[in-house]
Amino acid sequence: MKRVFLAGALLAVTASLSFAGPVEDRQAVMKAMGKALGPLAAIAKGENAFDAGVVEQNLTALNEAAQKLDVAVLFPEGSTAGETAALPAIWENMADFQERADKLKADVADVASSMPADQAGVQAALGRIGQNCGGCHENYRMKKN
Amino acid sequence: MSKSTLGRLALVLVVLGVAGGLVLFYLSGPNRLPREAVAALPEGDAARGERMFWAAGCTSCHTRPGAKGDAILELAGGLELKTPFGTFVAPNISSDQQDGIGGWSAGDFANAMLRGVAPDGSHYYPAFPYASYARMRPADIVDLYAFMRTLPAVAGVAPGHKLAFPFTIRRGLGLWKQLYLDPEPVIALGPDADEKTRAGRYLVEGPGHCGECHTPRALTGGLKTQAWLAGAVAAEGDGIVPNITPGEGGLSWSAGDIAYYLESGFTPDFDTVGGAMVAVQKNMARLPAEDREAIAAYLKAVPPRPNGYPVRN
Repeated sequence: MKRVFLAGALLAVTASLSFAGPVEDRQAVMKAMGKALGPLAAIAKGENAFDAGVVEQNLTALNEAAQKLDVAVLFPEGSTAGETAALPAIWENMADFQERADKLKADVADVASSMPADQAGVQAALGRIGQNCGGCHENYRMKKN
Repeated sequence: MSKSTLGRLALVLVVLGVAGGLVLFYLSGPNRLPREAVAALPEGDAARGERMFWAAGCTSCHTRPGAKGDAILELAGGLELKTPFGTFVAPNISSDQQDGIGGWSAGDFANAMLRGVAPDGSHYYPAFPYASYARMRPADIVDLYAFMRTLPAVAGVAPGHKLAFPFTIRRGLGLWKQLYLDPEPVIALGPDADEKTRAGRYLVEGPGHCGECHTPRALTGGLKTQAWLAGAVAAEGDGIVPNITPGEGGLSWSAGDIAYYLESGFTPDFDTVGGAMVAVQKNMARLPAEDREAIAAYLKAVPPRPNGYPVRN
């Protein structure tokens, strides 16, 4: 009996561990994308002058972060515990969610493959990428505080 | 107590009851625009009306759910708004003669927008944000009317609202309007407020109807204007709508940050727009830059308020 109990406890611990991971991991990916977007937005807004080096560095970082967006790994079924703004709608519409993630990755990769050459180019790039952000956050994220 | 005293008392109660009923009946009636006001409505201009259309965010609720691209201009309705009062379903407001509002006169449209009264004299539920639209200028109303007539006619009636008693009694909304329908501005601006801030007040408090989600509501469903734009528990789901005053917990963004957010969806803290605001932001992106700048100027000028929603663990 004791063994069964121990096995159960062990199972529970393993399960909670594997659930603790993806929430933090996907938040790290989102934060990395946000961090790369900051300097790009500053150029698009006209707060900072266009700088090809800054654009290349941050678009590359954005692309690297975006390509880490593996839905199966970062959004496993049931990973809704704790501090997460992810909505159950993700798992109710997994095909759509997956499609949107793929579209984001493709769009960012495409933009990063031909770096914008001026402020207007950065604005256009952010416009295209931003559609993906809003498109997913519209139905799949709900901030609670 | 003698029989005659009791009888007299009963009579007084009946008279009072009837009188009270008559007063309530009178107060709850449709308060249409005066006939002269309807007659004085100018001819609308569709080109100008398009700007009002995006400012007023009609598509956010009346577009068929899930529509993309040009299909968002098909205002077939059908979106469900699940609230504590029950589920409201956005109606067809396309230019269809039978199923939409294609058969309406400009006066019908103005009565709907400014007074929340349907052509048949019944009250609309304030899920249709006429309490905000009531602050719009008649000239903007008829421009919007003219523009909406250019949009596609879509056949099909959306399902009706699914509400619980007593909210099923529309007549009661007449009393609600006595309390909450006020075309005056919410925020008094000093004489030194510039034109841009005033234009922003008009856009935010009127067509933009930002307060409908960003201001907490009383149990009656009316907005608590003393907590104007302070953020609120979302009408749907368990999320919150943020505080957009410059108060504690509210927006610390610059006017430029606010305008850029409305244009691009990117926040200055490297996040992006989400939830129901995505559709709103897309509408705002279609406005001229000066409108977004005006909204930003007003949001910097509103009184700071602490968060209008309860603290969570």
